Amino acid sequence: MSDALLEIKRLRIEATSYPPGEKPRRVTLVDDVSLRLEKGKVLGLIGESGAGKSTIGLTSMAYGRGGVQITGGEIWLKGRDILKGDAAGLRALRGREVTYVAQSAAAAFNPAKQLMEQVVEATVKHGLCSRAEAEARAVVMFRKLGLPNPETIGQRFPHQVSGGQLQRVMTAMALCSKPDLVVFDEPTTALDVTTQIEVLAAIKEAIAETGVAALYITHDLAVVAQVADHIMVLRHGKLVEYGTTKQIIEAPAQDYTRALVSVRSIEHVEKSDGAAPVLSVAGITARYRGTKLDVLSDVTVDLPAGQTLAVVGESGSGKSTLARVITGLLPPSAGRITFAGRQMPPALADRSKDDLREVQMIYQMADVAMNPRQTVGTIIGRPLQFYFGLTGEAKRIRVQELLDQIEMGKGYIDRYPAELSGGQKQRVCIARSLAAKPRLIICDEVTSALDPLVADGILKLLLDLQAKEGVAYLFITHDLATVRAIADRIAVMFKGKVARYGTKTDVLSPPFDDYTDLLLSSVPEMKLGWLENVIANRKMESAGN
Amino acid sequence: MTRIPLAAMIGLFFTGAYFLSAIFAGVIAPYGMAEVVGDSWEPWSATHWLGTDTIGRDLLSRMIWGGQTTIFVAAAATALSFITGSVLGFTAAVLGGWIDQMLSRTVDMFMSIPSLISALLILSVLPSSLITLVVVIGLLDCTRVFRLSRAVAVDITVMDYVEAARLRGEGTAWIIFREILPNALSPLVAEMGLRFIFAVLFISTLSFLGLGIQPPMADWGGIVKENKEGIVYGIPAALVPAVAIATLAISVNLVADWILNRTSSLKGGRG
Repeated sequence: MSDALLEIKRLRIEATSYPPGEKPRRVTLVDDVSLRLEKGKVLGLIGESGAGKSTIGLTSMAYGRGGVQITGGEIWLKGRDILKGDAAGLRALRGREVTYVAQSAAAAFNPAKQLMEQVVEATVKHGLCSRAEAEARAVVMFRKLGLPNPETIGQRFPHQVSGGQLQRVMTAMALCSKPDLVVFDEPTTALDVTTQIEVLAAIKEAIAETGVAALYITHDLAVVAQVADHIMVLRHGKLVEYGTTKQIIEAPAQDYTRALVSVRSIEHVEKSDGAAPVLSVAGITARYRGTKLDVLSDVTVDLPAGQTLAVVGESGSGKSTLARVITGLLPPSAGRITFAGRQMPPALADRSKDDLREVQMIYQMADVAMNPRQTVGTIIGRPLQFYFGLTGEAKRIRVQELLDQIEMGKGYIDRYPAELSGGQKQRVCIARSLAAKPRLIICDEVTSALDPLVADGILKLLLDLQAKEGVAYLFITHDLATVRAIADRIAVMFKGKVARYGTKTDVLSPPFDDYTDLLLSSVPEMKLGWLENVIANRKMESAGN
Repeated sequence: MTRIPLAAMIGLFFTGAYFLSAIFAGVIAPYGMAEVVGDSWEPWSATHWLGTDTIGRDLLSRMIWGGQTTIFVAAAATALSFITGSVLGFTAAVLGGWIDQMLSRTVDMFMSIPSLISALLILSVLPSSLITLVVVIGLLDCTRVFRLSRAVAVDITVMDYVEAARLRGEGTAWIIFREILPNALSPLVAEMGLRFIFAVLFISTLSFLGLGIQPPMADWGGIVKENKEGIVYGIPAALVPAVAIATLAISVNLVADWILNRTSSLKGGRG
């Protein structure tokens, strides 16, 4: 087999890191990774953040992001070592033989230019064909990718199409110059599940039809299993396991791969329905100031004490707005909130200190939920001082107790958030909300920014804490796997209304309404051939289209 | 503690020298501020290192006393403009609504009039004293600080940690001083170096025009004014304060740059 399209041999990539308060040091991002990709095949690169998967993907274009240096190894593309090429040679290669699809299409497109101009730019610049021919080619691609109005969509601007469509336009851009290799860097990660599945199907079909080879980078094994022929599992820049998709999914050889395959296997039996509701939301209708659209209309849900209510829906379904209404940040235009038997004043300013203490919140992005200039001790200690008047040594002892509870132990109390990992940051946020001894914690997408294994740890911690402290969770998420793992009750939200509400078993058993069916069927499963099955059996188009 | 870079060392040395000579003017100045000790415009000599001025006062002593006035007025005006500007700017950003509108539009109005013209108008009416000068320069300059601190704070108020503080029930003062101020400090420090120098230039300009420090008190702008006729005859006395203003401006900014680098390194670090 000498006709490998891309062959990477013993690749080594280094960078200089600047840890806060320490001397800069060299870190190895990728160490001794070799791979080979044949024409028309798809290789999935999988791993958590920091595994080096995007870095490897970009080296197939001999490119390193800011400060990254390729310090060892060879990269052979179509029989030549591209690391030895000069700038002109690389320019001829990029956008012509190898193209790239970025994770966030919304950030990658120039908002001031029409889509068509950006789609054909590389093709025309490389002189592969005239502008008219390139545009005709792009329209064919738009049609293949299932975009609405393929003839005219190119005249729109990036903000005029949906996120899922934009991601497909970007795929068209990558395929327009008829490259030999496309690097897909987490192309569906930023999309809703129902949209992700359509983009995934479109990408898979386009790959099959054009016969292009692809590197597919993602952290979601279930997604990559649908499109890749081979899978390479990476961790901390080193190769963990490499094999065919079938072998990796059905018979993983390494522990780490097994953990990835069996992730989200937390079994959670729902609690009995007996407890009195700690939170009752009745007939809530809300809109943002200055707008005429009701973001929430007539939402009614109950949350029994010590249980978890999962609020599920796509982006724009109003689930985060519900959290803002409950916390008092957005007073509703109609409806009542009853908390622990008393009616909660609608506006934040009218609530008593105890009202505020009993409802705490954990955010999606732990990075921005903590003041970067405060230490962990200050962050967790503030609610202790504010609500309970603890100071000095007593406060420090209690902070340490809370740190023990979130399984972080000693040595973290004087650190700054920048010195913690993503999972640790989220744990500190959990400790901060626990410090107030709340009866209800609102968790807004708390695991969506985390790697699957880390997210699992957070979910387990939340369940443990619920068992010990008896706190209730309002768990906002778009991820149904998370819901299965944690919920006692589920409310499915669709366009500001509650589409389905009940105990977990009721909501997740048939017969389904059309929307719940779409949502449930869109969650990628760790099975070969799942994608084709789902697409064939759908009842309803995704709202993202 | 990282090593101090060369540029910052130079900046620190000159800034330190100017500030020390301002503070200890009474000790190091060889002659009194308004003491006539020689002929007019004597050349540089061992007794008068920088020569004498238009009416025969020792120029070095005038420079040292003048530096004291200039630096004191500029520092006090900068402090005043930063305290009022940033507190009002943060308040506008945190409270929003009509308070923000009112403050911002008032500031817009003041900024639409060139500050030199407003200063000339106000100072020609008010009695001339150091306090008036400090208040006028400080308040006119605080519009710029208000703009900057409001812009920085608006970005910070939408952060989740500020929302978390609000949900906790914290008051406006806590949010401004504990959540926003520490995170807005880097751009403000950089701006402070710049504003201090603008204040030095402003007070010098006013004195040059005759509305600033009144004789016989010395200040750098005033010394330029007193000696400007000498330039026609090739006498460099007017250039001495000009050089002093320029070197102070550059060295303060070198220090501000270095502080900016150090304080922002917590967030990821450069230099």
